[in-house]
Amino acid sequence: MAKEVKLLGFWTSPYVYRVEWALKLKGVDYEYLEEDIFNKSTRLLELNPIHKKVPVLVHDKKVILESHVILEYIDETWEQNPLLPKDPRERAMARFWAKYGDEKLLSAWKATWLKGEEKAKAVEESIEALEKIEEELKEKKYFEGEGIGYLDLALGWIAYWLPVMEKVGSMQLLKEEKFPAITSWISKFLSHPVIKDKLPPWDELVVYFDEKREARYNSYYPKQREN
Amino acid sequence: MAEELKLYGTWVSPFSRRVELALKLKGIPYEYIEEDLHNKSPDLIKYNPIHQKVPVLVHNGKPIVESLVILEYIDETWKNNPILPQDPYQRALARFWAKFIEEKILPLAMKVTNSEEKEKEKVVVEMFQLMKVLEGELNGKDFFGGESIGYVDIVATIIAVWFQVTQEVIGVKIVSEEKFPVLFKWIEKLKSIDVVKECIPPRDKHITYVKARIEAALLKSAPN
Repeated sequence: MAKEVKLLGFWTSPYVYRVEWALKLKGVDYEYLEEDIFNKSTRLLELNPIHKKVPVLVHDKKVILESHVILEYIDETWEQNPLLPKDPRERAMARFWAKYGDEKLLSAWKATWLKGEEKAKAVEESIEALEKIEEELKEKKYFEGEGIGYLDLALGWIAYWLPVMEKVGSMQLLKEEKFPAITSWISKFLSHPVIKDKLPPWDELVVYFDEKREARYNSYYPKQREN
Repeated sequence: MAEELKLYGTWVSPFSRRVELALKLKGIPYEYIEEDLHNKSPDLIKYNPIHQKVPVLVHNGKPIVESLVILEYIDETWKNNPILPQDPYQRALARFWAKFIEEKILPLAMKVTNSEEKEKEKVVVEMFQLMKVLEGELNGKDFFGGESIGYVDIVATIIAVWFQVTQEVIGVKIVSEEKFPVLFKWIEKLKSIDVVKECIPPRDKHITYVKARIEAALLKSAPN
């Protein structure tokens, strides 16, 4: 019998994983469909003609796009194990930090393939962002308190993808001594039963991002040609 | 206990004006504080240390920032005259279109204003494509929200008003009646709503402001 929930994804995408974590936390049964984003299928292009990206959630023929929008849809449709807090102000804070986080994810990624002063600037920007996130986390077990929630999922890239970027970009952003709260949160997050069983394979992920980094570097700094 | 609600904004910011529109639609009383962004108040910096931008909504002393986040906060705190639909799927669609406007249309609009002549044509074509997509979403409805204005209409006032002014100043027509009849009609309907009129910058002042900003930008980028 066909599953009523389908998720189109790509094995390296932190945006896809946050949706899978949400579905698993809620105990929602779903079918995962791997998409080759370098050779986009008709299925993907029909479901997301505007952005042509994953994740795409299909629920009972309804198509939901954009990872943050999908997370909220999941939270509102399956009410068990709520992801977002109840209080409007706390919800606003979670949404704010989720958006902030994604902006800084891109900064950290840029830092991997830039060089010289541009790299230094991107690294500085990323560290500043981590400092603000460290302050937001403080002594809480998870971002919203005792239990894992929306913001942990939205910032989950820090726990796993950021170390990958540090490695391929030959840089250190998350020094333990400087970020005790984030370091402690990372270890809790990665050992959570749902999260630890749903992470991309580390070595392959490093190879993938290293290749991407090199490709970006070469296109951004084209070799000088002889006349 | 009296509610204390303050909104920090500017008369010309589409982002703070959209928050005002939401508050007015719900009939929520608030104190408005006009910010001078060239001389930011200590309060603004205190309430929005990360971005130091408007709008900032301060409710009982606690700040909420980012206009889309503020709109959802308002809708969740004051439940009369809902801005977002009730159904989760309709809400997801509304959020998607708001993001489309913020993350795809707005940055491209800035490129239209700021790009050199030779690049401008290409950017304008891209813009037409995006606007066609947005127009498709209206699809027979009076407003994005259906029979009355909702979240997406509020977010899209930037297109209905601010784009029109900039386009008039720079002489590039994006939303013309011939090219986008449905969108054009929506703009007319939106601008005729009283509460929306209250949240639009005075036209002449707005035109003067945009002209001055564009001139200043040209001066900054002119070769010595």
